[in-house]
Amino acid sequence: MVDLSGVLEQLKSRFGERSWDYSEFHQNQRLVVAAELCFSVLEFLKKTCGFDMLIDVTCVDYLHYRGAKDRFGLVYIVLNTVTGQRLIVRAFLNEPDLKIPSVVPLWEGANWLEREVFDMYGIEFTGHPDLRRILLPDEFVGFPLRKDYPLRGRGERHNFERITRGEG
Amino acid sequence: MSVVVDAPQKVVNQDYRWTLNFGPQHPATHTTLRLVLQIEGETVVGAIPDIGYLHSGFEKIGEHLNYNQYVAVTDRMNYISPLANNVAWHQAVESLIGLQLPKRCQYIRVILAELARVSDHLLSCGAMALDTGAFTAFLYAFNQREVLYGIFETLCGARFTTSYSRVGGLMYDATPEFIRQVKQFVKDFPKVYSEITRLLNRNRIFVERTKGIGILTKEQAINRSVTGPIARASGVTRDLRKDQPYLAYPDFDFKVICSNGGDCFHRYLVRMLEIEESMKIVEQAINNLPEGPVNVDPEERAILPSKDKVYNTIEGLITHFEVVMTNRGLQAPKAEHYDAIEAPNGELGFYIVGDGSDKAYRARCRPPSYIHFALFPDMMKGHTISDVVAVLGSLNIIAAELDR
Repeated sequence: MVDLSGVLEQLKSRFGERSWDYSEFHQNQRLVVAAELCFSVLEFLKKTCGFDMLIDVTCVDYLHYRGAKDRFGLVYIVLNTVTGQRLIVRAFLNEPDLKIPSVVPLWEGANWLEREVFDMYGIEFTGHPDLRRILLPDEFVGFPLRKDYPLRGRGERHNFERITRGEG
Repeated sequence: MSVVVDAPQKVVNQDYRWTLNFGPQHPATHTTLRLVLQIEGETVVGAIPDIGYLHSGFEKIGEHLNYNQYVAVTDRMNYISPLANNVAWHQAVESLIGLQLPKRCQYIRVILAELARVSDHLLSCGAMALDTGAFTAFLYAFNQREVLYGIFETLCGARFTTSYSRVGGLMYDATPEFIRQVKQFVKDFPKVYSEITRLLNRNRIFVERTKGIGILTKEQAINRSVTGPIARASGVTRDLRKDQPYLAYPDFDFKVICSNGGDCFHRYLVRMLEIEESMKIVEQAINNLPEGPVNVDPEERAILPSKDKVYNTIEGLITHFEVVMTNRGLQAPKAEHYDAIEAPNGELGFYIVGDGSDKAYRARCRPPSYIHFALFPDMMKGHTISDVVAVLGSLNIIAAELDR
């Protein structure tokens, strides 16, 4: 685990102490921020603190999670390739306002990662250059990784239109 | 999965520009993926990757299988190097729970992860050579993969879908026969390896078709989240085995291979030299394989006690029953954790959300191939159709990892 105290100092002087919450668990160093602040914190981390690589963007649906207050938790994992510092930035979203600014302007690598989150959870990334479904067909209804979507699906496979070949 | 092509009026004005569908079933894609290429004469002016043909919902399945069952799914995520995926998954689970593995287990996992790297790089270099007109090297490489399959079969009974690791240990301990076979492989491999490099490194057709093709700069590589051999071929000096040492990697002497070339040829070179470094690690590990238990203590409630203990001691019997009971057995803490290993293709990580039960609440996989395939349109700009296969081969796209 690489020391992050310098980064935390910088965050404190830029955003104050109230707006973020830092914690550690085993090898992970995590930061929870408000959804409105998420983009500016990530921008600050990239441009000032040198977190130049985005490792992953993903989402967790906390619908049935014991003790959870919010529905969706977005997870950004960022890495400083020079110092090896890693930080997991999390922000929470609730229905009906499932919108968060896209980080594609900061890291181009976010393009497909955010499209996958949109495809599986229906989170809208505002400002994304090409927000379409990526793994599922365009006409698909619903978001399969949400917890209210059943494992066996909603009959998409069984109700598939059958094309019969002509006789002879 | 609809595909956006250029605006219609543009197409009307430029009727010399046409669209070529590459895949989803094409011998040179090697896996099921589709590319829509916009072509002017021989030159590719636009490329749109279209994925999702294999989407099987692995992450959704991960929320319904317990930590040991899910290892069988991780095999299917990457059929080129399944053992590396097994190791990555259980490493993530163990670091979520906070289990410390015995030395012998760590060494065996290192050996397997490195053999998986060798087998992955042999395939990706061989297939790239095959697509760019050097057929023989592919056969030499595949023959060695056959030997590796044999070794894996000796170890766990499966050639392809190994599912070898368990939370806190392994399915079986390594047998003397396995150790003998690995030692034999370490001895025999350098001869074939040098034959492959002699067939390719100065092969004029191969070099001309790959040098200067599909260039990725260091800035682009970092900005686009690229990891693994592709990033190292572009001058990003990062390797998780050195930067965040896991398992027993600090015990071994090896180099991280980097290059500033950034083109297909240098990606090939980096992979070939990595094979050499991997073999060094395997040699050191197999010669210094520690004795002792291969699984964590049964008191950790992660792994079943040995049959001898179960049948002959009351404590063993009680532990056995507790481990198989869903409310007394292995329980991950109610917490979230991300951990990654340096898989053959790059950083393969799992973000696991535990909810206090024996199943993951969310099992997110960070797939390197998925991230690397997003580079393809930019790498292809201005090259010809025949370069498509060289770039695809050098990216080593594995469709099951794309779609998960």
